[in-house]
Amino acid sequence: MSARETRRTDVHAEMRGVTRVYGGSGGSAGVQALAETNLRLRRGEFYSVIGPSGCGKSTLLDVLAGLSRPTTGEILFEGRPLDGRVPDGVGVVFQEDASFSWLTVADNIVFGLRRTGVDAAEIARRLDHALRLMGLVDFAKAYPAQLSGGMRQRVCIARTLVMQPRMILLDEPFGALDAQTRLIMGDELLKVWRETGATVLLITHALDEAAMLSDRIGIMSARPGRIIEEIETRWPRERDSRIAANAAFGDITARLWSVLRDESLKAIRQGAGP
Amino acid sequence: MKRTFDIVLLLTGGLVAWELLHLAVPFALTSPAGTAAKAWSMLTSAQFWPHAAETGKAFVYALLLAILGGLAIGLGLGLNRTGAEVAEPILVSIYSLPKVTLYPLILLIFGLGLPAKIAFGTIHGIIPIAIFAMNAVRNLANVHFKTARVLRLSRRQTLLTVVIPGALPEIVSGLRIGFSLTLLGVLIGEMFASQRGLGFLIMNAIGLHDVPTIMATILLLAVVAVSASAILLWLDHRLHHRVA
Repeated sequence: MSARETRRTDVHAEMRGVTRVYGGSGGSAGVQALAETNLRLRRGEFYSVIGPSGCGKSTLLDVLAGLSRPTTGEILFEGRPLDGRVPDGVGVVFQEDASFSWLTVADNIVFGLRRTGVDAAEIARRLDHALRLMGLVDFAKAYPAQLSGGMRQRVCIARTLVMQPRMILLDEPFGALDAQTRLIMGDELLKVWRETGATVLLITHALDEAAMLSDRIGIMSARPGRIIEEIETRWPRERDSRIAANAAFGDITARLWSVLRDESLKAIRQGAGP
Repeated sequence: MKRTFDIVLLLTGGLVAWELLHLAVPFALTSPAGTAAKAWSMLTSAQFWPHAAETGKAFVYALLLAILGGLAIGLGLGLNRTGAEVAEPILVSIYSLPKVTLYPLILLIFGLGLPAKIAFGTIHGIIPIAIFAMNAVRNLANVHFKTARVLRLSRRQTLLTVVIPGALPEIVSGLRIGFSLTLLGVLIGEMFASQRGLGFLIMNAIGLHDVPTIMATILLLAVVAVSASAILLWLDHRLHHRVA
């Protein structure tokens, strides 16, 4: 009984029977992006969602973040149902470049923080820390247009970080970056995760990314998407991309692919694939 | 250095062409030197300044109304997708309408005098400012609006800290065009049914066949308009450069 109680308090965010249908008012059926989806995120874990293209991964993130309302079902964050806004304590990093071109790197990073009533000394402290952690110290006064895509994404991660979120959702944040930059960014994300102790949900389509970064991986079906299988990696908390040399890495990737291959084939037949 | 040389070359070329045209049609065109001398004597005369002040006053009022109205219409429509889709063809057709055809109506509504000139200037400038502002907001990346929601900004904060700064480079482009067209509108307004202002001065001089006064007034207007346009263009480039 008491063990069961502990496990329940460990749940940080939860989706219960969530579906999402786009359009479909006035007689037409609409497009079902999410089939009935259940997901429990444990406090402090690194959870990745992987799935074929067009399966509703981004919809899952939007709904969980409170950016989009579910058609049916319920979402709880820290035990409270969402009220149509993004809850306090949730940070989101998008795939598209979300840096503000008219602000310097430093002003971008503290943009949200300045509007929360945190005092100037604390803002300066958190800015300094975020610049160091994301390797942006030399670029504090630069404008995003002067930076590479990877550096701009670091700015967006830093902007999320300074808000000290308890849960960070990332929607294919490294999708637009080259393979090596992606590995490095993955390591930085692990560093952020360890340092903040936040719960992380990462949406990705990259098998290796999911396998090397996550504690658990949820595999989504072809559209309408739902989580059909969860895989636990049992990696140590101290880890980085070099874990790819570990024998278990190959096993995990193989298990992911064995489930994902069928779903990807279905997605391609639906015409949603690449 | 090369840029300075180019500008000097361009100015010299323009002055030479002007002088040649003057030699070809001396009755329609004063020489550059003659125009400058006349402009100087106008600037130092007492009769000129009330006219300049009248035009300046009408222009400042018209521009303020065009900017405030244009931004209100443009930002409002830009944030409302359906509104923008309905309004865009209407705005574009009003924009392409030769507005001088509306002047009789304006005169009937406002009567002769300053209000008619202001109204005429404003209807010239307001539409491009509105169209540019509307498109600037519509072209803002959706991820910026999502970011505003993730950072839990209020509607007001989103407008002031995300929408307006994000749209500013395009808004300034619209202001540049709005500036020129408002000045055009005010001057046309003064050329007909007016007893004061620089537009009146030009029309009056045509009646008296006073070519130097026409040329000198045009020169003075050109200096003001080109300077203002250059400042706005510089601002425009600066803002766009940061984005690109």
